[in-house]
Amino acid sequence: MLELEARAEPSRLMAWASPLLAVALMLVGGLAVFAALGKDPVEGFRVFFLNPVKDLYALSELLLKATPLMLCAIGLAIGFRANVWNIGAEGQFMLGAVAATGVALYFGDAESALVLPAMVLAGAAGGAAWAAIPALLRTRFNANEILVSLMLVYVAQLFVSWLVFGPWKDPDGFNFPQTRMFAEAATLPMVIEGTRLHFGFAIALAALVAGYAFINRSHAGFRMRVAGEAADAARYAGFSATRMIWVGLLLGGAAAGLAGMGEVAGPMGQLTDKVGSGYGFAAIIVAFVGRLNAFGILLASLLMALLYIGGEQAQQYLNLPNSISMVFQGMLLFFLLGADVFIHYRLRLRRRGT
Amino acid sequence: MTHRRQFVLSAAALAVAATLPFAAHAADAAKVGFVYVSPIGDAGWTYQHDLGRKELEKTLGGRIETRYVENVAEGADAERVIREFAASGSKIVFATSFGYMNYVERVARQFPNVTFLHATGYKSAKNFAPYNARFYEGRYLNGVIAGKMTKSNVLGYVGAFPIPEVLQGINAFTLGARSVNPNVEVRVIWANSWYDPGKEREAAMTLISQGADMLTHHTDSTATVQAAEEKGVYAFGYHSDMSKYAPKSQLTATTHHWGEFYARTVDAVLGGTWKPEGVWGGMKDGMIRLAPLNPAIPADVQAMVKELQGRITAGSLHPFTGPVLDQAGKERLAAGAVMDDATLGRMDYFVQGVGSRLPTAK
Repeated sequence: MLELEARAEPSRLMAWASPLLAVALMLVGGLAVFAALGKDPVEGFRVFFLNPVKDLYALSELLLKATPLMLCAIGLAIGFRANVWNIGAEGQFMLGAVAATGVALYFGDAESALVLPAMVLAGAAGGAAWAAIPALLRTRFNANEILVSLMLVYVAQLFVSWLVFGPWKDPDGFNFPQTRMFAEAATLPMVIEGTRLHFGFAIALAALVAGYAFINRSHAGFRMRVAGEAADAARYAGFSATRMIWVGLLLGGAAAGLAGMGEVAGPMGQLTDKVGSGYGFAAIIVAFVGRLNAFGILLASLLMALLYIGGEQAQQYLNLPNSISMVFQGMLLFFLLGADVFIHYRLRLRRRGT
Repeated sequence: MTHRRQFVLSAAALAVAATLPFAAHAADAAKVGFVYVSPIGDAGWTYQHDLGRKELEKTLGGRIETRYVENVAEGADAERVIREFAASGSKIVFATSFGYMNYVERVARQFPNVTFLHATGYKSAKNFAPYNARFYEGRYLNGVIAGKMTKSNVLGYVGAFPIPEVLQGINAFTLGARSVNPNVEVRVIWANSWYDPGKEREAAMTLISQGADMLTHHTDSTATVQAAEEKGVYAFGYHSDMSKYAPKSQLTATTHHWGEFYARTVDAVLGGTWKPEGVWGGMKDGMIRLAPLNPAIPADVQAMVKELQGRITAGSLHPFTGPVLDQAGKERLAAGAVMDDATLGRMDYFVQGVGSRLPTAK
């Protein structure tokens, strides 16, 4: 009889093998889904997984889509490691976009080279400020940061709507909910000419490196890891829980805010009420699939971006329903959670009757 | 020798043509792409556009081949979808929601040989033009029926966002109702979403509890007419004929019909006669119609609506004919004047007769 048995200590091999196993199972499941929908599985596979990387332009789109996921996820991972559960990166993303837009609109058509750096700072500060609310409520009143950060997403959405329907509405925009288009000086330059891949991608890569250094090489990161893995030990060592909550939320908020800045100063070129595209929520999946680790997050954000774009392609070329992306994301998470069981447990074959 | 080679070539060509009749056929067909903002579903804005796409396929047959992507958010992702259509050989791309405008504009610049049509926007270029329908014409007639049939003199309206298109609808509905019953008041509740059945239903219920006995909506779901059916009040559907969701309640609906326009436009583009001019079609063009009138509407009202519809179609009646006064009593259009399209496109106020206030009045 098969039986699950607790391992003496978590398997490091499984911790890394589990996401790979989940991806493999998702691919197999995907082929079955294509076949069940009456499409040639090989063709489906080609459209879904190879089209998004078929040439330089397609690749640039993949990296563009992965950029905000990387930024949000690396920020979240820092908090998650210390059991600080910031679920509201989506709201912090929007506030970062708002703050950056404020700078862009303030400078108007000014051709100053300082506009973009100011927008980057404003984006990070906006996101961090929004994350400071749950941090304050948690440390002062012990209010659950999961609920507070999540609910602030809706507040952020309404705030963005108010701005674009009200004070920031483009005066020449026929009352539509959008700001003016940003001036050249407030738009991020491109990494590859002729594509939409902007310098936010470089910022995201830098954030991944910084995240790696913080988590794995700094004392503050070490304290946070200890707090997450052994709360009692952290308390005994005198690590300040309050400080960890602040650091976790502020860094998560700042990273999400940067991602929001990249979106308005990059592919959108303006602020609209559609700025929140779910990156903040998807980043939670990315952070976990990436094992809360910088390199893992890099791979997981690329995979997640691939699932989004592959789903679009499957619609465009195979006329598959739009929910196909969600089906793949769902399978990925399902198999990951399933495979994760084997980090702490192993299968053992036991003879009946013993 | 030459003859022989020619024979071999033509025989080979024949063989290829015989084995691949569909492939050869498909290669000739011009590709047309559609970008939809919501799932197609079975009623609503996108559903009507998809009906239009099917009608286009039927009308132009083998000359074209259509593709679509549904539920494309009006954010940065839209540009990739639109570009992908253009890059993969589509001749024409229809982007069917306002929020795609700036993305369409950018892709249109990169693909000068592809024609882009954008619904409900205002920008254009050499290969890029907007199109829209005069929804307010149907709304005015809905208002006339509501004004005639209401007992409480309170009419309820569930709106999405206070943009000109929605305000035109609310104001035309109000003007229609007031033209036959100066005592009516229209109350508006914003769902702040194009599609949110839960909020739409809540708004409809609130309006009913405030005494509204006629409801309509400018949102995508069938929640409002369903709420009306449940509570036993009357309603006017929007986008699609929603009578199957509210057989007793729906008096009629303002319905959208894009098929003929799509066929005409694609035909013109393929024939090289298309010009980048904005199209704003109404009842005259068959782009706006009324769903069959519910027998609950008294015969004299039915006759009146038919007569008014005839006049709108003929162009002798415009719903926005002066005097038009806004809520503050300010004259927005002088007596006898007809509102021009540019002024309609900038509408940012409620007319007299609307009880609610605009959320972001400056």
